[in-house]
Formats: sequence, C-alpha cells, structure tokens
Amino acid sequence: MKDLIQKLKKRFDVNDVVYQKDNQTYLTIAKDQAVSFITHLKDVEGFTHLVILTAVDWIEDNEFQLTYMLNNPGKKVDLGVRVLIDREEAEMESIHHLWKTAATYQRELREMFGIDFPGSPRVNEDFILEGWDDIPPYRRDFDTKEYSEQTYYPRPGRKTHDPAEYMKKKLYPEE
Amino acid sequence: MTEESKYRDKFPAKNPDGTNKIDLDSHKFIKVWQGPNHPGITGNMSLELDLQGDEVMQCKTHVGYLHRGFEKLMERRRFIQCFPICVRIAVPEPDFNEYCLSASFEELAGIEIPEAAKWMRTLLLEMSRLQSFLMWMGGQAGSFGIGVVGQWTNYARDLVLDRFEEISGGRIYHMHMTPGGVRGLPPTGFENRMEETLQTIEEIMKDVKDTLFDNTIFKKRSIGLGVIKPEMVEPYGITGPNARAAGIPKDVRKDYPYLKYPELDFDVLTAENSDAYTRAELRRQEIHMTIDLIRQIMAKMPQSGDYMAKVPNVLHWQIPRGETYVRAECTRGEYGYYTVTDGSGYPRRINVRGPSYTHAVALMEKMAIDVNIADTAGLMVSLHTYPPEIER
Repeated sequence: MKDLIQKLKKRFDVNDVVYQKDNQTYLTIAKDQAVSFITHLKDVEGFTHLVILTAVDWIEDNEFQLTYMLNNPGKKVDLGVRVLIDREEAEMESIHHLWKTAATYQRELREMFGIDFPGSPRVNEDFILEGWDDIPPYRRDFDTKEYSEQTYYPRPGRKTHDPAEYMKKKLYPEE
Repeated sequence: MTEESKYRDKFPAKNPDGTNKIDLDSHKFIKVWQGPNHPGITGNMSLELDLQGDEVMQCKTHVGYLHRGFEKLMERRRFIQCFPICVRIAVPEPDFNEYCLSASFEELAGIEIPEAAKWMRTLLLEMSRLQSFLMWMGGQAGSFGIGVVGQWTNYARDLVLDRFEEISGGRIYHMHMTPGGVRGLPPTGFENRMEETLQTIEEIMKDVKDTLFDNTIFKKRSIGLGVIKPEMVEPYGITGPNARAAGIPKDVRKDYPYLKYPELDFDVLTAENSDAYTRAELRRQEIHMTIDLIRQIMAKMPQSGDYMAKVPNVLHWQIPRGETYVRAECTRGEYGYYTVTDGSGYPRRINVRGPSYTHAVALMEKMAIDVNIADTAGLMVSLHTYPPEIER
C-alpha cells in the first residue's frame, strides 16, 4: 500500500495519508484533481469497485468531506479518498460515467446534504424525501428534535396527565 | 422509422441514450405502480413501471416509505445508544449491523475482543445468514406462486429464531454483540438443540429441493430471467450471491477474513449465467454451507471463558478522532459501516452500505426492462433486497 501511495504522490497532490489497517488507507486530494485521480485509480491501479460515496459535515470548518471508498478486488485493498469542498457552495464533479451506481449515491447526497453534482442523471429528483422544503436534513445544523417538536406537537386533542392522579381519578371517581 | 405507428411496436423507438422512448399520450403505453406493498420485497418500496402490453419498458425505483433517518439519529446518540437503532436497518438480518458497528467502535477505540466473543460472533452471524436465507427461499417460491414452500421455510426459520431467543432473549433483534464482545455464551444444552434444528432444516430443504427446484413452473419462469452478466458486476456494484452466480468469486469472508472465518473450512460457491434460477440454486447451496459452518463453529468454539473485554463506562465513553470502514458478508453481499469519530462522546457520521442500495435501484431499473409484469416480483426477490437499508 505504501508503494502505491508513493507512486500516486509523484503524480497527484496527495495529503493527510492515514494507514488505518493493513488493507485500508485514507488520503485527501484537492477538489480539482479528484475526478482525474479517481479515474486513474479505477483504470490504471485496479480500484474497480466503488464501495460507498458519502459525505461528512465538518460544520466547524465550514467544509463537507466527500469520501469515495474504492476497493481493489484483485489486491484486496481499500482506499478512502477524501475530498474537502466548501460548505457554502457545495458542488462537486459527477462520477456517474465511471460507475452507474454513483448516480444513486449522488442523488442521495444532493437531497440529504445539499451537495450538487451537475450532469448526474436524475440528480434533482426526490429520492427519499418527498416534498421536503427545509434545509437538507443530514447537515449538522438541522436539528431533528426541534423539527419533530415543531411538526408533530402539540397535536390537537392530546393531553398530558399525571399518571398517579389519573389512575386515582379513574379507579376511585367518588373520592 | 419514418412515421410513428399507431399500433404497439415490438421494438419501440429509442432515446439517444439507448433507453426506450415512452410517450404516454400515444396510448401505446400504460403506467403501473407496483408497491409500496408488493410481493417482491421484505419491506416497502415501489416500482413505477411503464408497460407496453404486459412488458416493462421503463422502471423507476421509489423509496422513502421507511425512512427514519437512522444515520442522523445515531449522530445524536452516545455510542452504546446506537445499538437499538442500528439493528433496525436490516430487519431480517440485524446481527450484521451489530457486528459492523461494534467492530468499528472497537477498532477506533483500540479494543481487542476475547477469543470466545469472536467465536460467538461468528456463530451469531452464520445463524443470521441461515434464517435470512430460509426466509428468502419462501419469498422466492411465493413470488412464483408456490406458496407452500414459504410455509415450510418460515417454520424452519422460526426454529433458528428459537435458538436466538435462547442465546439473547430476543427473536428478531438480538443486540447480543456490544462493543467489547458479546453479552453471553450459549446456555447449557444449546449444542444439542442446535444440532436438532439443523437436522430438521436439512430435512425441510430436501422437500424444498423437490417442490421448488425440480418444479416445471418454477424452472420455466425463472431460467433466463434477469441475467446478470459478469461485466455488469463492477459498474453496478454487485456483491454477494448475485455476483457469485455470475462467476465472480466475491466473498468478504474469504477476501477480507474477519472473526474466526480463517479457521473454518469452506469454499466460495460460484455458478455461471446468473439468472433467477441459478441465483436460487446458489442460495440453496449456501444454506447447506451455512449449516456446515455452524456445525464447525459449534465443534470448535470454547464452552466457557471471558467473553467481554474491558470497556470504559459507556455513558462517558469518548472515542478519538478517526475513520474506518468495516465490512462483513451478509446473505445479500457486502454489508459495511463507514464510521467517523471526532473525539467526542458521539459518532460524527455513520454511513451504512447495504447491498440492496445498489441492487434495488440502479440494477433493478436496468434489469426490469423487457420483463413480463408477472415476473417483476420474482425478479425483485431474486436480487434479495431489504428496503430499509436503502434509505437508512
């Protein structure tokens, strides 16, 4: 794995390399090099299996981290490619031309994190949430508790009882 | 074509990207929704089908009926509080969620689990595979109109659930694996009762073979249905039996050995021409392989010993910043958890890779085309998908 990273470092601007375990390494690549880097990994280095594509919201740094987990089925190693993108202008090049399934991941990221992937098939169609008009819910600043309180409480006709008092009244109404 | 025929066409006009050109106003096509409750799946998901006659010309998968935001909910829970949530991501196979989540927390926190716990986890995962395959077998038969097989295999599955109940107290959700190990070892006499269950299942599987696999109706409808070509495996992210039936020997248990799998004797089962019948036959063989693995585990696992490593107080547990991806081979393929921690008492991000995510959306949308509408349920089952893991 170390040889591969050395080789990649000669061609690309690879940073923050973490050797997590024997067959799993993480690294960071600049946004403008990312797609050519991933294409190189897929076509030349044999990382032909896209395991996951997901995002992490580093709200304190005002950044999204996109993680492309790539797998080399021949050598049985994983490479986690991190790409940091600006949280305010969340946009990234699409990789649906490399893997058909990437379009589904990108559609989900568009909906859940508000990260745009121009050109990706059906990227703006609703995937999981239908008719959602709040901020994308997987962003850190979306508060699930506050949302459910606003959306579901107070329901008309709902009352809160003190259990002891309520039972007493039910069991011994005349007292 | 010079001018559009007003009749239905065996070969409808194509869009530039190769997809069928669907014009609903031409009255040649009809739109049908299959789902969200539908015979093809365990859970709720719908297929938007554009039909010409009774053949599917275009398919779109719609999910969202089960979305509870598990990944987001886990970000607001302490590490131990994630366990009651994570098991619900794949209802018929919750143990893979427990294992992947426990293993990723252990890896990031640097905890090594005891030997007995590793054996116990291997046993639980194999038992989980067994009951999930049995349930699937009933679903596959049912979707082709052979309902009795589902009655038998669900009975067999219930027997495995009894064994789960003995171990953990729970039938569906076990939550037996927690960070640091497992909650206990099997009770006295478990081995005999497990052996009895396995023998009963073997007997039932003989009947299933006769009733389903040698059945003309099943063969006629499933052979040649939904063929996965080997070259489709990488672009569509296909894993598990769906890929193995196409001749690609992908098995996480062999490729990325975890727990006690390196000490067990098994081969990766593969087949050729991944159609619905081949996939069903492969899964039938996997049931027998899993039974064999459970016997091997029962013979090798220690009867007593330490099963829980020392873990910090879970209510104040903080895991240093890091990220990892842990995978396991479930019945449907590669199941994985990508976990990110930031040094606080809560996970920063947990992303679940369920095999259904790739199988039920991109792959299903491609494979449903040109399939008779009566076979879409059978095709859907033959891909073995569980919708909750698509929308997490």
